[in-house]
Amino acid sequence: MSGKGYVYKNEPLIFELSAPGRRAYSLPALDVPASDLAEVLPEDQLRREPAALPEVSEVDVVRHFTRLSQRNHGVDLGFYPLGSCTMKYNPKVNEVVANLDGFTGVHPLTPEELVQGALQLMYEMQGYLAEIGGVDEVSLQPAAGAHGEFTGVSIIRAYLEDRGEGHRHKIIIPDSAHGTNPATAVVAGCRTVEVKSDERGGVDLESLKAVVDEDVVCLMLTNPNTLGLFDENIHEIAEIVHEAGGLLYYDGANLNATMGYARPGDAGFDVVHFNLHKTFATPHGGGGPGSGPVGVKKELADFLPVPVVRKTGDRYFLDYSVPKTIGRVKSFHGNFGVVVKAYAYIRSMGPDGLKRVSEDAVLNANFLMRKLARDYHLTYDRICKHEFVVSGVRQKERYGVKTLDIAKRLLDYDFHAPTVYFPLIVPEALMVEPTETESRETLEAFAEAMAAIAREAAEDPDKVTGAPHTTFVKRLDEARAVRQPDVAFKGDLEEK
Amino acid sequence: MVHSPYLPNTEADRRAMLAELGLESVEDLFRDIPEKVRFRGSLDLPPALSEPELLTHMKTLAGRNANASEWALFLGGGAYDHFIPSVVGHVIGRSEFYTAYTPYQAEVSQGVLQTIYEYQSLITRLTGMDVANASMYDGASAMAEAALIACAATRRKKVVVPSTVSPEYRETIRTYTAGQRIEVVLAPYDGETGTADLSELEKLVDGDTAAVLLQHPNYFGCLEDPEEVSRLAHGVGALFVIGVDPISLGVLRAPGEYGADIAVGEGQPLGNPLSFGGPYLGFFAATEKLIRRMPGRIAGATVDKDGDRGFVLTFQTREQHIRREKATSNICSNEALNALAAAVYLTVMGREGLVEVAKLCLHKAHYTRERLSALPGFRTPFRAPFFKEFVVSGPRPLEELNRSLAQRRMLVGPDLGRHYPELEGSFLVAVTEKRTRAEIDGLADGLGGLA
Repeated sequence: MSGKGYVYKNEPLIFELSAPGRRAYSLPALDVPASDLAEVLPEDQLRREPAALPEVSEVDVVRHFTRLSQRNHGVDLGFYPLGSCTMKYNPKVNEVVANLDGFTGVHPLTPEELVQGALQLMYEMQGYLAEIGGVDEVSLQPAAGAHGEFTGVSIIRAYLEDRGEGHRHKIIIPDSAHGTNPATAVVAGCRTVEVKSDERGGVDLESLKAVVDEDVVCLMLTNPNTLGLFDENIHEIAEIVHEAGGLLYYDGANLNATMGYARPGDAGFDVVHFNLHKTFATPHGGGGPGSGPVGVKKELADFLPVPVVRKTGDRYFLDYSVPKTIGRVKSFHGNFGVVVKAYAYIRSMGPDGLKRVSEDAVLNANFLMRKLARDYHLTYDRICKHEFVVSGVRQKERYGVKTLDIAKRLLDYDFHAPTVYFPLIVPEALMVEPTETESRETLEAFAEAMAAIAREAAEDPDKVTGAPHTTFVKRLDEARAVRQPDVAFKGDLEEK
Repeated sequence: MVHSPYLPNTEADRRAMLAELGLESVEDLFRDIPEKVRFRGSLDLPPALSEPELLTHMKTLAGRNANASEWALFLGGGAYDHFIPSVVGHVIGRSEFYTAYTPYQAEVSQGVLQTIYEYQSLITRLTGMDVANASMYDGASAMAEAALIACAATRRKKVVVPSTVSPEYRETIRTYTAGQRIEVVLAPYDGETGTADLSELEKLVDGDTAAVLLQHPNYFGCLEDPEEVSRLAHGVGALFVIGVDPISLGVLRAPGEYGADIAVGEGQPLGNPLSFGGPYLGFFAATEKLIRRMPGRIAGATVDKDGDRGFVLTFQTREQHIRREKATSNICSNEALNALAAAVYLTVMGREGLVEVAKLCLHKAHYTRERLSALPGFRTPFRAPFFKEFVVSGPRPLEELNRSLAQRRMLVGPDLGRHYPELEGSFLVAVTEKRTRAEIDGLADGLGGLA
């Protein structure tokens, strides 16, 4: 990642590379009679000045973006232990098959008899996810995890309303939950009630009993939770919530821990979302696209978004007649291109392979946790699942080295940092998710880097607090980005 | 025994690691799962395929889909077969980009952050708006979130939407607003022009209205009168939200020029393949004063401690991971790689190219309409000006027409009857720069024989 001198330290903005008259495109000449623009478009609708887009050659474009790509850490460059994000390796064959013309070139509104391959793939995928999640029906429409959460909560609310319980408006969320859970609850028009974690890191049953009542819509739970701990009381939790007439929502962010070992549907969850970009190895794309299918128990199937793919005889079709559907959460049928990659992944792993994925993810996490626990405080000392949380409190209290500094120093060791300051219930948290696609040697190297940083914190704290030292840019001033907002380049416009 | 190229731990590794943990077997790692909820069977999934087997299977599935590389698609309705320059695929195929995630560690994510900043800059230039975010899921969800933002900003609970806005967008808006009990009022369209009925719209827009949502060109491909709708909305203190086709902005006025508060749209036409409906991207641009209410990620320029330019995620106090229930939206993952494709597309096309693409679409669409409207039995019912898409009513159901056109590897649509019963027998025809005169003439010949 460090500057070797063969690329610019500061790559200019594409606008700064622009020169009038240069072009990177090539289009055919008009082969039909031209209309008179003034005749077919009203004068006051015409754009007077073309948008100030760059004027560059193709070489400029390619070098610019290639250089930028080199200023970026990705899974293909190295270890990326970002907790709760499941940054596992993205198999290349999945990229190849997803790029087949027969998938990329298909218009979403093509007559069904001409897209039987795409519909078959979606139909089978719905079935695979239902099996893995222990649910009855699945919609592939949501575009990401948070989108799936919104879809799931909307389904639950519609179901309750249908039963004459539309007054319910409380969503219970553990204090260890992802930020998307409370945000989703509010977007869906509900109020959030936080429930505390107990000393083993699970939902505190007494606190839960105290907040469930006739206003409860659902409990949103990640299991294993963001501490990487499987909630051993899940059965009791489900009973408490169900007894109060509420439902159980499963945030699927951490499904990578339990495939073939536990299915959320069997544990009492009524609605489940899956993150295909986490568990099912599709790339994260620098922030997306993801895909967040939602699965439900059969009582809730009448409320799924439309369309759902179904089969009659040997013909696949898009079913828009879901009787009490919540409607749509986006155009068309979901992030199909992502679904193709996840489908290919499931087909290449098979049932035993997926189980082995969870085994190795959990084994790697426990192996690494024990190594890091030598130098960092481990808040919950028990077997973890696919991820774990250690704390930098010791380093902060003794040497004034914060978790943020540790994270930045890791970049100098060519590792991406873990998720930091989350979950909120652990001070100075470092949330580490190694995934199953890392070797023992990689885990050992990371553990050595963390140990080295712990030593540096004690012996030469400035080295840590001043990190990173070797990256293209040094530590960035985030406060200034808010104080003096610059979210769109205007430099070249002012010159004119 | 499982052998997967993606699982580096050997049996020896596993034994050694377990031994170091003081455990006997992998089973010991799962003993915290209570027996009651423990899954004891084997997942009922097809057995693993090797790479060559997988390739064969996937090619078989892909081979059963009519696609743009072999078919002349005149299909529209929100997704369009535009040309994608080779450079786009080359850039987004770089795994330094596609195997990264949201740039939480800015110092090793300058590539993604700078491209987001450039994308935001390109979108503001295209739309004439002050600020843009890093992307939404698609055009429909972007418009739905704009409705929510407008309600929050005005503290009102009603949005007015003409029925000329895409039915899929309207369904999405309904789902997004249902929980917050926001009223979605549908305004009718003028059956002659194919545009929003402005006098009816005026009656429905009042002091309780948080926003008027317009699509331009609308679902029928017709140009609306955004200037007038903008005046109407602002007259009652409502926000004006507009959904635009980004390609049309090569020839049409930018939303910033006619007073839009929020401009959204489907970014698929900007270098993203049809992909059976996704992943696409929603672009979301707004006036400066709405920046703290914007949903999603925003990249900003700043400096590092040496004073060099660098980029970070900014205004994060709007977002779910910081503000939880007080966030302006629940969005986390967005469509970053699709936004990168859009940025590369806009860069490749550049100032002149986008205008050229827009003009090619416009001329070819007008030529096509002229050819089709001259066919016996075919009509083009709406008289408003249009850009690249228009409504045709035919002598037979679309299904029949398409069955016949399919023999020429051509398709038109979608059908309008499902969402607009009064337009039974009418359908959309979209014409991009990719359609050649030979294809257009072939379409006219194909349809001409069916009157």
